[in-house]
Amino acid sequence: MKKYTDTGKKDTRSGFGDGLTELGRSNPNVVALCADLIGSLKMQDFIDENPERFFQVGIAEANMIGMSAGLTIGGKIPFAGTFANFATGRVYDQIRQSVAYSNKNVKICASHSGVTLGEDGATHQILEDIGLMKMLPGMTVINTCDYNQTKAATIAIAEHEGPVYLRFGRPKVANFTAEDQKFEIGKAVQLYEGTDVTIIATGHLVWEAIQAAVQLNDEGISAEVINIHTIKPLDEKAIIDSVKKTGCVVTCEEHNYLGGLGESVARTLSLSHPAPQEFVATQDTFGESGTPEQLMEKYGLNADAIIKAAKKVVKRK
Amino acid sequence: MANIEELKDFATQVRRDILRQVHKVNSGHPGGSLGCTEFFTALYKEIMDHNPEFNMDGENEDIFFLSNGHISPVFYSVLARTGYFPVEELSTFRLINSRLQGHPTTHEGLPGIRVASGSLGQGMSVALGAAQAKKLNGDSKLVYTLHGDGELQEGQNWEAIMYAAGNNVDNIISTIDLNGQQIDGSTETVLPLGNLRAKFEAFGWEVMEVEEGNDLQKVIDGLKHAKTLTGKGKPVVILLHTIMGHGVDFMMHTHAWHGKAPNDEQLETALSQNPETLGDY
Repeated sequence: MKKYTDTGKKDTRSGFGDGLTELGRSNPNVVALCADLIGSLKMQDFIDENPERFFQVGIAEANMIGMSAGLTIGGKIPFAGTFANFATGRVYDQIRQSVAYSNKNVKICASHSGVTLGEDGATHQILEDIGLMKMLPGMTVINTCDYNQTKAATIAIAEHEGPVYLRFGRPKVANFTAEDQKFEIGKAVQLYEGTDVTIIATGHLVWEAIQAAVQLNDEGISAEVINIHTIKPLDEKAIIDSVKKTGCVVTCEEHNYLGGLGESVARTLSLSHPAPQEFVATQDTFGESGTPEQLMEKYGLNADAIIKAAKKVVKRK
Repeated sequence: MANIEELKDFATQVRRDILRQVHKVNSGHPGGSLGCTEFFTALYKEIMDHNPEFNMDGENEDIFFLSNGHISPVFYSVLARTGYFPVEELSTFRLINSRLQGHPTTHEGLPGIRVASGSLGQGMSVALGAAQAKKLNGDSKLVYTLHGDGELQEGQNWEAIMYAAGNNVDNIISTIDLNGQQIDGSTETVLPLGNLRAKFEAFGWEVMEVEEGNDLQKVIDGLKHAKTLTGKGKPVVILLHTIMGHGVDFMMHTHAWHGKAPNDEQLETALSQNPETLGDY
């Protein structure tokens, strides 16, 4: 079984920051905006190198989204960064009208998504943002799994014409994808081939899915693991092809089961290849304070939860 | 400069277009549209250096954002009659499969529109982004906006107003349509705006007033003066005192025609007060 190695724990937000810095050097049209969270979003290097291309808007996210839409008029490619909660729910109508409906080339870059921002608690832990964003016509929704992938995705979305929601997080997590990977929007990445169950994971749950697959393999269950970094547009073919082979699926995400990756997968399968599915996700609840590990454990978002779900879904075949 | 009488004829024809658009589909917002007819006429016929061969980026031309998108009838009429799209297309206002949606949008590709508006309070932020892009591009042209007075009740405006002054965005001229009316009544009864001049000044804007916002010459003079105030480190706002429904006697001085179309008889009366000048579509 292929071994994925953690090359040293890193936060996905640093992948964003470093990707943005590279873009600052390579693409003169890239500009950045932030709503008083420069340190949290790791944007300082970009700012130091391109002070004239950075806009500090203060604690005013609605204005940030509107300004981002306006900056595209004149050919700029704005990367607007703040916490996922403030980048989506707080400014939904601004994104809907000024960005999505107006089809503006804005990149909404959301850190601290999910429960793993930890101690700040539920006011800052959004578990509904994938749903909010994927429902907007024309919006591309990406949730990356580690530092390398986040950096690659950040660079890739600058080349994509149209609005993008890029979701990443706060904690330091395993960095295991290739440093030189080519990030293809909408293209699933198969991490393990398997025959008994398909595990489809996004974001921080991808590493957990790998751990789960190794253990399942030891117990005689062959798991296919797919990293879905792009939730919209969804790589439906990769999902259908895999489930045709395995006959069942577990979806894994640091998000409410309502509106998330799991529901997108369920829709895809129900239309062409119905199959038993289990959802590793939060169960229509808010988060709370705690360490990321404690919260992943309590809300059933780790390898143990995936193993349990896989065994259950295999029995349902 | 165009002859003022020609411009007044233009404005009268725009008023006819507004009334005929909303009458045909028995929906739309004539009151604010009529009140802003002189503003739009001045802006598109006299003030802005703009190109009807529409280009979204609008580089090296003045660009305009309508934040209170519900006054689309006046915007559409002026865009059509300054060459952005065929005047005949005004007959499709609010109809299915039309580019002339109830509120302006880029979605159907209507030339002249750079962002959707309708959900209020968003236009100034978008305009600030465009103004900053102009600065980055070394483009010395200006960005103009229009906002309803009731619209200033939306908090996002004040985020933008604070940003603009704090960051010396001095290539923007925002105009507030001070007609004192909104859907539920006068702004005074719905939610008083207080002293807008003092508010904008406190935020650090250069404030001017045009007391007679339906006097075309005064609107032109006001906008010309506003241009002289740009480039000096401060954003510029014009408090434009208008009369909602101006030009149609029974629509004036009331909020009743904010979002209501005239019936056949009322249309006839209204049109008789605004005789055809450039030719109806």
